[in-house]
Amino acid sequence: MARAELDESVPRWDPMEQAEIDARGIATRELNDRLRDLMKAGIEHVVLKNVCGQRYIGTRLYTPEKKKMEIEIFGTPGNDLGAFLYGHNIRVHGNAQDGVGNTMDDGEIVVEGRAGDVLGMSMRGGKIFIRDNVGYRTALHMKEFEDKKPLLVIGGTSQDFLGEYMAGGTVILLGLGDRTHLANHIGTGMHGGAIYLRGAVDPSQVGKEVAISPLSDPDRELLKKHVGEFVSNFPELNLDLSEIMKKEFVRLSPRSKRPYEKLYTY
Amino acid sequence: MKSFLFPEFQVFRDENLCDQCRGCERQCAFGTHRYDETQDRMISDDFKCAGCQRCVIFCPKGAITIRPTPSSYRPNANWSREKIEDLKRQAETGGVILTGCGNDKPFRIYWDHIVLNASQVTNPSIDPLREPMELRTFLGSKPDFIDLKVDGDHVDIDTRIGPNLMIEAPILFSAMSYGAISYNAFNALARAACSSGTFFNTGEGGLPREMREEFGRCAIVQVASGRFGIDAEYLNCAAAVEIKVGQGAKPGIGGHLPGEKVSQSVASTRMIPAGADAISPAPHHDIYSIEDLSMLIHALKEATNYEKPISVKIAAVHNFAAIASGIVRAGADIIAIDGLRGGTGAAPKAIRDNVGIPIELAISSLDRRLRDEGIRNRCSIIAAGGTRCSADVIKAIALGADAVYIGTAALVAMGCNLCQKCYTGKCNWGICTQDPRLSGRLNTDIAAMRLSNLLAAWSHEIKEMLGGMGINALESLRGNRDHLRGVGLYEWELDVLGIKGAGE
Amino acid sequence: MPRRRRELYNKEICACSIFGAMNRDGDRFKGQGVIEAIANMHVRGNGLGGGFAAYGIYPHYQDYYAFHVMFTGNSWEAKRCAKQDLEAFLCENFDVVYDEEIPHGDETLVSDPPLVWRYFVLPSKSGEDANRTEEDYVVEKVMWVNTRIENAYVFSSGKNMGAFKGVGYPEEIAEYFMLDREYDAYMWTAHGRFPTNTQAWWGGAHPFGLLDITVVHNGEISSYGTNRWYLEMYGYACTLQTDTEVIAYAADLLMRRQHLPISLVAKILAPPIWNSIDRMNESEKKLLTTLRMVYGPLLMNGPFAVIIGETGRMIGLTDRIRLRPLTAATRGEMFYLSSEEAPIRLISPELDSVWTPNGGEPVVGELKNIRMVKDEVIPLS
Repeated sequence: MARAELDESVPRWDPMEQAEIDARGIATRELNDRLRDLMKAGIEHVVLKNVCGQRYIGTRLYTPEKKKMEIEIFGTPGNDLGAFLYGHNIRVHGNAQDGVGNTMDDGEIVVEGRAGDVLGMSMRGGKIFIRDNVGYRTALHMKEFEDKKPLLVIGGTSQDFLGEYMAGGTVILLGLGDRTHLANHIGTGMHGGAIYLRGAVDPSQVGKEVAISPLSDPDRELLKKHVGEFVSNFPELNLDLSEIMKKEFVRLSPRSKRPYEKLYTY
Repeated sequence: MKSFLFPEFQVFRDENLCDQCRGCERQCAFGTHRYDETQDRMISDDFKCAGCQRCVIFCPKGAITIRPTPSSYRPNANWSREKIEDLKRQAETGGVILTGCGNDKPFRIYWDHIVLNASQVTNPSIDPLREPMELRTFLGSKPDFIDLKVDGDHVDIDTRIGPNLMIEAPILFSAMSYGAISYNAFNALARAACSSGTFFNTGEGGLPREMREEFGRCAIVQVASGRFGIDAEYLNCAAAVEIKVGQGAKPGIGGHLPGEKVSQSVASTRMIPAGADAISPAPHHDIYSIEDLSMLIHALKEATNYEKPISVKIAAVHNFAAIASGIVRAGADIIAIDGLRGGTGAAPKAIRDNVGIPIELAISSLDRRLRDEGIRNRCSIIAAGGTRCSADVIKAIALGADAVYIGTAALVAMGCNLCQKCYTGKCNWGICTQDPRLSGRLNTDIAAMRLSNLLAAWSHEIKEMLGGMGINALESLRGNRDHLRGVGLYEWELDVLGIKGAGE
Repeated sequence: MPRRRRELYNKEICACSIFGAMNRDGDRFKGQGVIEAIANMHVRGNGLGGGFAAYGIYPHYQDYYAFHVMFTGNSWEAKRCAKQDLEAFLCENFDVVYDEEIPHGDETLVSDPPLVWRYFVLPSKSGEDANRTEEDYVVEKVMWVNTRIENAYVFSSGKNMGAFKGVGYPEEIAEYFMLDREYDAYMWTAHGRFPTNTQAWWGGAHPFGLLDITVVHNGEISSYGTNRWYLEMYGYACTLQTDTEVIAYAADLLMRRQHLPISLVAKILAPPIWNSIDRMNESEKKLLTTLRMVYGPLLMNGPFAVIIGETGRMIGLTDRIRLRPLTAATRGEMFYLSSEEAPIRLISPELDSVWTPNGGEPVVGELKNIRMVKDEVIPLS
């Protein structure tokens, strides 16, 4: 277990509590075996180098005592990154594929690049920050529960079916770099939570269950806080929070919590 | 709008016996009975009666009789009363017709056309009361062979066998979620499973936190398209995890638990806000193909550190055997198949009554398919949907199932009378409701005892039938179609079942 | 999926007598005594099947697989066609070094005998087969003949051993094949048959075998359907309309292909009951549980007693609750297994020991060695 060779921008960690794994050629199961062993050994910070397609990173790290780990990934992690994630932190120096944060419970995932389809599906808690664009069906059936309110901030924009069946949580699309939101079927079946889009959206792009409204003051406060987190997660972009907040946002929310109330007869 | 529907049932009250105690009024959540002060007598509104028979059984005077209404349309083999009334109901509301319980249409029940074998002369039958008789079954993947290292007296097993569930009788409780059924009913299933050496299935509504420590070890927790109540602790506290792809009562469609059933406790178990609709999408949106299913299977294996068998439940539909073979190859340890007559708390009637294939045919074709491909060892088969008695269970095993799931049978054991009004949330028997006044009627201890009694009785009957066939371990009956014969079946049906006709 | 016709096979059910004798020094002896012994149990059979397996009978051809093949069919023409087809197949896949009709006596001794021929062969593997073991190759070819060539049936395929069987009482079959004078063997097993359904055919008599493993069996396997589907997954074609062949194939699968010692094979075919397993120590419990989990479909359920023969070894085994009889005995270098004690006494009035083996526990006679395997797992060298 070699000591991590860390980039200057990454904070220094106690060498006893960090480790590095060269993931080149290692199968998914073995990589996750090693991560689990390290967590059990009390290591709190792990750097994974040369990751290429290994799936379910972070998934095997459940312990009843809720141990926490920070995982830094160099390379391209495989599908279901952080699926069922139970409070760990993951940062990807690169792009991520499909299924990031699937049914995630708690923790944080930061992707310094783009992410694929079904990002944050059924996510119930924790935060995900994606620097660039994301694919289809982002935040599908995202939920919230008691103090758990998932947050998803995307620097770019998303493709179709964003927030389908959405039942809770907050999704923010910043459309940085003057990206326009071209997705259709946004929020179909939405019955909870809120989506904030920076820039315009045409009513034809959203599902019939969705109401489009301007921001309220509490909305603005909330956005300022979360967009601030996004800005500080990607210092290399040199973003200015107040610049970002100058452009108009819209809020998408469900017209009803019971969209299918009148569908049935008895 | 004036409704043009008949009442379904007629309430008959023997005025000589009734002493106006108003017990029936309290028992009926549908509001059928009412005390009329001016007349000092009980009156009833037939239109409200669901035919659940609660008032009949609890009337201290035995004064009530509920029977199908004698009113009738002109008899018409094509336009049955049900067809006419469903149509009227839709004309009056514009809604999709909802129903509960399993398919009640007269499709052929193959169980009733299959007879079992017994030993005569050439092979002694075995008396289970005095000779060993074994029903123990392991559910999960088994390797084709095991590698052993034999060193003197010592034998080392080199092959690692994946996690398996051990059951003492081939009967498990099928998936019924907390939310669909009441807390007491859910709890009774858990208790009975634990005390009888079998497993209950949480359905997709989560497992209440306070139940995890005591009952997690006999729980199969479900991961369905709605992903309710799922976190790493839920997955890890259980004995096995089941991915629900489909359900026999409603293959191919999603569903939703209406907000009025999402009480505070149901909500916190599902980890959603109280009063919100709990919507289950039709597909899992992370599974659009078989390789995606493989991904979810392995995600769950990862999430549970490869310590739990992963089951995949699908509805038996036309081409399901080929699909199931793919599911085995995708890494599932158990396949649960749910047939045409599988139950439900709520399903559109059009779907329930018209989609899927009978479980008996499904078991046989799946078992044969997996054998033909040489992968039968790699998974266990649990058959669900339509098991009513121990003979059905043993026939299912002989057709190739490893075990069966019982749902409706378990509910009937607790008191259900199949009135099919589960979706209304007004179950007078306290089973399929979240109304604390109603669910409190179901005593958990008594319900658990009734369930355990049922399992004990069926186990005993299975042992008797097994002994009669000269077999003393259930594993020797699995897929052993020699011991079955068909009566009154067409040639094609015998072919699909892989059994001979009686006398052949 | 095209609809597949259900099978209308008839599983034969029979009661029987079984007998085995072995000289553990490897000294060979004629079949006379064994014939007398099995004839002593005449009343246990009904004349619809008798057979013998003899080990060590072909010392001059001991490196060659000795195929005993029967050609059946209603006419001489049908038998000749079957023989032509078989020989074309053998020439393509084997080097045949010698072949002849198996010597026999007057055909009036038995009813409707088939043409029975023997071939001494070596595999001639080519192409993809080059990497397979010789034995796997032979098994596959035997299965091919028995399922594909009409009226030809290879009923014995081991080295330096052979089976002889047919419809009749065993002593009639012995006389027909002149076993009392033609062959010297260090081990003989024998079978007298009482099938409950008629339709006797020569191929249906015992022993059943594959390579040098032969089985004579008394009883009925209630688990036949389960055993059969399991074995079919591993390439064994169950074509003989009898439950005994599943024991032969199970023995081949476990002993030859998986190299399991007989003590463990017995624990698979006739495992201890769960109640006993649950009381064992942890490692035994784990072993027995694993064996039952993995090989449950090979549990032979229902009453049975079998004598399994293989080169250098004779094994007796009964079902786990011992529903069929078996007696074992020794006298000097001789080792005997029999359905009854009397036939043993008939040919060896004095015995060193005689006992009734426990259900599910194998008794094993080996050249220069005999060992009783008790309840614990003792591997055999």
